[in-house]
Amino acid sequence: MASPITWRIATVGAIRDETATVRTYTLGVPDWPGHRPGQHVDLRLTAEDGYSVERSYSIASEPERAGEVDITVERIPDGEVSAFLHDVVVAGDQLEVRGPIGGYFVWDVPIGGPLLLVAGGSGVVPLMAMLRHRSRERSDVPTRLLFSSRNADDIIYRDELDRLAAAGDGFEVVHTLTRSRPTGWSGYDRRIDDRMLAEVLEPLGSGARCYICGPTALVEVAANALVRLGLPPDRVRTERFGPTGT
Amino acid sequence: MIDQSGDPMIDRELDGNALAGMLEAMFGTDMTAIPGRCAHCGTINMVGAMRAYMGGPGAVLRCPACDGVVLRVVETAEATYVDARGAAYLRFERR
Repeated sequence: MASPITWRIATVGAIRDETATVRTYTLGVPDWPGHRPGQHVDLRLTAEDGYSVERSYSIASEPERAGEVDITVERIPDGEVSAFLHDVVVAGDQLEVRGPIGGYFVWDVPIGGPLLLVAGGSGVVPLMAMLRHRSRERSDVPTRLLFSSRNADDIIYRDELDRLAAAGDGFEVVHTLTRSRPTGWSGYDRRIDDRMLAEVLEPLGSGARCYICGPTALVEVAANALVRLGLPPDRVRTERFGPTGT
Repeated sequence: MIDQSGDPMIDRELDGNALAGMLEAMFGTDMTAIPGRCAHCGTINMVGAMRAYMGGPGAVLRCPACDGVVLRVVETAEATYVDARGAAYLRFERR
């Protein structure tokens, strides 16, 4: 058995705006044991009176970066922890983290592909760790990301995804925007459905491994559709997120 | 995105990945990739794929096939209670 996971002190480094409501925080953890793409960390905040609250955040960074992890956090209205991170935390602050956590929703290069990634909103975060790792390891596993966002301004990591797709190493990103589209938008313009998934999956074939992360309703729709399209259920891995508790 | 963020029932339904840290702290190993057999319907699913409900005083894991309760975990100031009567078994790989 592995040693029990322990709480460690992380120091907040760079803070970067991804969209109007989403920020990335680099957490320096000198004794970080390393992680696999798709894993997450638990973050614990404790007030002076002892009141303590924990939340889980997917790791956005690739494991090749030593001694630090990035988490990308959407500010949830009334969210205790995300509001604290967005409104209070500055570089140099210390937070408690434990991890890496999870062994179900993980992908790394030895697992292979082809790979279909499906994301809704900040569900893209653990998938980004997979994509960054894939790029860093110079993998050419055929990979497609179907990414659903509300509006163009809400697309997290948009520029980096474009750069990764331009590398010509077999990665493609397909966007869908569900609320509004800019003029000349060439991507999809609706919520993810069976037909969209069939089209995005088609070049990869029914041997694809699929990772779906997003709000519960999106995950349900996508996972059920992919199984109907003939993918074995054990090749369709899912992670649902939502405001947990608050 | 399917936007049902205003629906508390949808938002509260997560999956076993959301309990990963708590379970690993209790069991000493990652539990999300551990297969468990539902005592109600016999379906085998990895813990990460089970439905998780976190809104109550404890956490509840339900079978994705039949919705039966597989595991309940309640943490109090003194102890952690695990009610596993809904799990026929959990399978830990020998290492």
